[in-house]
Amino acid sequence: MNKSWWKIISVLLLVYTIIAGFGLLWKNDVPRLPALQETIRNLYFHVCMWFGMMILFTASVFHAIKYLQNNNLRSDISSRAFAGVGILFGLLGYATGAIWLSYTWVDPNQPAYESFGAIAKDPKLIGAAIALLIYFAYLVLRGSIQDIDKRARIGAVYNIFAFAFLFPAIWIIPRLLPSLHPGGEGSEGNPALNYKDMAPKMRFVFYPAIIGWTLLGVWIVSIKVRLELYKERIILTQWIKK
Amino acid sequence: MDKKIGFIILLLLVQLAALAQPGGEVEMADAMHANGKIYVVVAVILTIFAGIIIYLVRLDRKISKLEKNNS
Repeated sequence: MNKSWWKIISVLLLVYTIIAGFGLLWKNDVPRLPALQETIRNLYFHVCMWFGMMILFTASVFHAIKYLQNNNLRSDISSRAFAGVGILFGLLGYATGAIWLSYTWVDPNQPAYESFGAIAKDPKLIGAAIALLIYFAYLVLRGSIQDIDKRARIGAVYNIFAFAFLFPAIWIIPRLLPSLHPGGEGSEGNPALNYKDMAPKMRFVFYPAIIGWTLLGVWIVSIKVRLELYKERIILTQWIKK
Repeated sequence: MDKKIGFIILLLLVQLAALAQPGGEVEMADAMHANGKIYVVVAVILTIFAGIIIYLVRLDRKISKLEKNNS
């Protein structure tokens, strides 16, 4: 049980996130903003998905580079697992964002699907979609190569490209264009990272929430990695028996 | 003269109250917090979360067992 202390921390932080995030610990913990209203609490869930995705993708490219250095298949398996869970977090971020925007960005005088055409052109959405599609291509490319070493090497090289593309796609280009999403043109930097932009009590929930969700992602990654290693070992022992 | 100044100060204070108003008028789920129904929502979310975590823990243990038996 000693080794799994970080899993316990993850669960505790997430339980805290849910309890404090819904305002059970403090009164008036969130600012009263028009249009956002109570949905501001989505910060602890939707935004954390994207932060988690970015951290997991960083871990993925770290293992990809490590593979290219040491040619250890363990690094390749880790890289693939981190990318997989990163994509899962990205998809969850996208889905939760879609729900959130349909209550905050839409023209209240029109039904959601009428104003969806204008919303769907938002550069933040397009950038995030491109970034995720490039990571889908990573899964397709890596999965389509039979030879283990070739698969690992090409996968690792493509992983570095995909990670590099995250920066223009989600960090730079959407910032230069007008956007309904916070952090677009006209606002300074990332509103979630800029601590001056966030109500002080929200920070006490938001930062633990990022750590909690990310650790949960790492937990899932660790299970996937162990399963893959186990599979490899089975294949190897069968091959030796032959 | 004093009355006039007092009146002006009063008007200024009224204006301050008016400035503070828009923030207070934003509709929040105050009723939900007041009557405690928010606890129901949090209880449901925590139950689902606990279910997912128990599932993960069991999965983790199963793989640990496999690793032990096959090493």
